[in-house]
Amino acid sequence: MRLVVNEPQAFRFEVNRAALVDPAIHDLEQRRIFDRCWIYVGHESELAAPGDFKTRLVAGRPLIFCRNGENQVRVFLNTCRHRGSLVCRSREGNAERYTCFYHGWTYDRDGGLYAVPGQSAYPPGFDKKQFSLKQPPKVDAYRGFVFLNFDADAVSLDEYLGNAKEYIDLVIDQSPSGEMQVIQGTQEYDIRANWKLLVENSFDDYHLLSTHSTWLDYLKNSGVEMKRPENGHMLPAHGVGKDLGNGHATTDNVNFRGRPVARWIPIYGEAAKPELEKIRAELVARLGEARAARVADTNRNLIVFPNLVLADGSSVTIRTFQPLSADRMRVTAWALGPKEESATARAVRLDSFLTFYGPGGFATPDDIAALESVQQGLAAYREVPWSPMSRGMAKEGEQLNTDELHLRAFWIQWDNLMSR
Amino acid sequence: MTRQEVEAFLYEEAALLDAWKLDEWLALLTADAYYRVPSNDRPESDPGGTLFTIADDIARIRSRVARLKDRNAHAEFPPSRTRRLITNVRIVERQPLRVEANFAVYRYRSNDDARQYVGRYRYLLRKEDGRLKIAGREAILDAMELASLGAVSFIL
Repeated sequence: MRLVVNEPQAFRFEVNRAALVDPAIHDLEQRRIFDRCWIYVGHESELAAPGDFKTRLVAGRPLIFCRNGENQVRVFLNTCRHRGSLVCRSREGNAERYTCFYHGWTYDRDGGLYAVPGQSAYPPGFDKKQFSLKQPPKVDAYRGFVFLNFDADAVSLDEYLGNAKEYIDLVIDQSPSGEMQVIQGTQEYDIRANWKLLVENSFDDYHLLSTHSTWLDYLKNSGVEMKRPENGHMLPAHGVGKDLGNGHATTDNVNFRGRPVARWIPIYGEAAKPELEKIRAELVARLGEARAARVADTNRNLIVFPNLVLADGSSVTIRTFQPLSADRMRVTAWALGPKEESATARAVRLDSFLTFYGPGGFATPDDIAALESVQQGLAAYREVPWSPMSRGMAKEGEQLNTDELHLRAFWIQWDNLMSR
Repeated sequence: MTRQEVEAFLYEEAALLDAWKLDEWLALLTADAYYRVPSNDRPESDPGGTLFTIADDIARIRSRVARLKDRNAHAEFPPSRTRRLITNVRIVERQPLRVEANFAVYRYRSNDDARQYVGRYRYLLRKEDGRLKIAGREAILDAMELASLGAVSFIL
């Protein structure tokens, strides 16, 4: 049974709610989506020095994300070749070697099996070279963002990202050196909802007015200029939704909510004004007026299919989420900023981040509540099987951020991959 | 200032928060107070250079309270029931007055599992007009990740 009905002529687009509830579909997703797509692992800046490592769950697998002795980024499956135990059990650190504590097998930073206690008891022909830590078939990076692919026949990362690269570049261009840095402090929390609901929520601007009225009130009361919406818009500024191909999609909005690079709002405080003007001037000098305005005066929430969000709004956040079951996901979020950012600008960025994003922000907790409320309602999926997703479908040309073209782009790719 | 006096003050604060008497709670804060919850993986950090879960100055605290009193703060409407157990209160410094305490905050919502927020408070207290006030409070969670705790949508 197809779970997505897409009939453009009839202006009909519907998603079957079983896709968000059924454990069998969740299991199939692991093979057809997460074993085939390029999946985000981490950012190169999280590993500062040779030997630095982070352990994390990606596409259902425990991983070691690390640098070897030559400072090259490596990704290993965090499972001992002997009995399978996690080889590294720390969240993060720096290691010369990785030793599995169970029987003491030890690996070097390139994954090679370095030492086996009592090796002489193994029969002749036992070759340590055959027991290196396993690496995913493909690992590649685009501008610091490291991805893996468990399908050895997958297209290249470059081809996979396609039009999404333009939107990643808009984030990178905020840094004078072209280097963005993950800032320390990780937000890691579970949502009792299907992961695809967070894909939708991460760039669905239709929910902003009703779900986030307290955040909009906060902005207004803080002196942020909020124009009355015109021409059928629901929000104070013009914004569109775009299909970028391969399941990637984005919003692309004229900014009204302020940006650390570089659009001052009263929430940042008078003292930060000259700093933001300096950032703006550097941007114009480096990129020219037009590109500087493109970078600084628009905000964009990008979905890299299937589970990476780059929300370049009140601040830049990298957000990825791992499905734990059909009705539960683990979310990890980081703040991203220019490497050479001054202490003042960094503080503004982090403060601005917390106005909206994260489990203690003024908006994300209400998103979590919304998604969990949806998941509870979906228990009636047999009686109420279909959700409409047709906003904007009858319109020619431009689709607004409060339409659903960008949501449909995700679901069409999901359906394609699930059907073959 | 004796430990008993500090304890009595913290118990009163806990009672106000558990009763959602948020305006009365605000009245306990100084005009330059802060409220912080550090990220679980960087419990000993400065919010200027580290991403926190919450890093409010007094203006943000007031906005947070205004938000929580609005029925459109969906994560806390209807409000959670909370119960705070505060123990192991210690005065760790006298000038300025710094106090640490352990907490277990139980949070209940309809149709949801109980969530247990466990950790320690770090208070900066100050006497103003003869009354003890909160110049800073930091709630440091012991959990390695927020994980099943989800969000910190009420005042911890």
